[in-house]
Amino acid sequence: MSTKDVLVLRDLLATNKQAAAAIRKELRARGILAVNLLSSPGSGKTTLLEALAERLRDRYRLAVIEGDIETERDAERIRAKGIPAWQITTGGACHLEARMIGKVLGEVPAAIDFLFIENVGNLVCPAGYDLGEELRCVLLSSPEGDDKPAKYPQAFLTADCLILTKSDLVPYLPFDPAKAAAEALSIKPGLRVFTLSALRGDGVDELAAFFVEALERLRSVRA
Amino acid sequence: MHELSLVAGLFDTLEETAREHRARKITLVRLKVGKLAGVVPGLLESAFDTYKKGTIAGEARLEIEEVPVRLRCRDCGGGRLDETGDFACLACGGRNVEIIEGRELIVERIELEVEEPEPGPGGPAST
Repeated sequence: MSTKDVLVLRDLLATNKQAAAAIRKELRARGILAVNLLSSPGSGKTTLLEALAERLRDRYRLAVIEGDIETERDAERIRAKGIPAWQITTGGACHLEARMIGKVLGEVPAAIDFLFIENVGNLVCPAGYDLGEELRCVLLSSPEGDDKPAKYPQAFLTADCLILTKSDLVPYLPFDPAKAAAEALSIKPGLRVFTLSALRGDGVDELAAFFVEALERLRSVRA
Repeated sequence: MHELSLVAGLFDTLEETAREHRARKITLVRLKVGKLAGVVPGLLESAFDTYKKGTIAGEARLEIEEVPVRLRCRDCGGGRLDETGDFACLACGGRNVEIIEGRELIVERIELEVEEPEPGPGGPAST
């Protein structure tokens, strides 16, 4: 018996990264813009998707993948808006992984424009898992406080876009949207910031237009 | 708290490497974990100890090297360790910094116990 020292240098997330790369390639080939929505529980991901569905569904075909620990509730809310939705219940796991998306993707119609993925409500773990998305959006709602970016840097570091939600509550809270945005931008320069109230509809058009622009860009690269 | 799922992935790598080298067991696993990797080393250790039972790494020791955050300033080119956690350049105060270390999550090396190489011609004859 002898001892052998082996240099491995393998990324612990290599399997997930490979699965995500395959998904990204497939979605790009199909001309689908995939958006991964990430936030703490209750910051308004599903409500935002409902508001986006109302603005986009007449001109574009949408599909939604919902990630939750338990229940079909979020998928039902999306279906009520006439949008096909797939619920992944992780049964306790705190994040979605690329292979979970891969399994559902076969059932998602090939001819859609937008695929929104609502991650499990959690500002920590989902940040480490690439799902093959084109855009990663972090939501931060006004009741959560404007000090969150520095406390959860990884989520903001990996994001393309910050969506400050529940702006209708700002007058009643010690929440400064400018401070939250500045803190997030100090972690991730170039981050696109949107401020909106999905409930009232303020600011949702701007975000919808941003997604449409991103879809056109994706398709022009492909063409 | 996704350390257990990370450890499950780690064991795929361990078992694969052990097979490649025809190892009898794994005695040491060394990981590099960046401060910004979103992983708690203590939880990773507990998950490892739970998972390893009955596997080829059943008696393996886990060593974790924590990698601090290292920044490089895109404006002035200055590089430094991020000790304050405020993602700003110490030299020019700018915010246009790039994270060059501190996000990694890597299996760096492992130590295996392998059979002695087969005795070639002229080696001790077996009966």
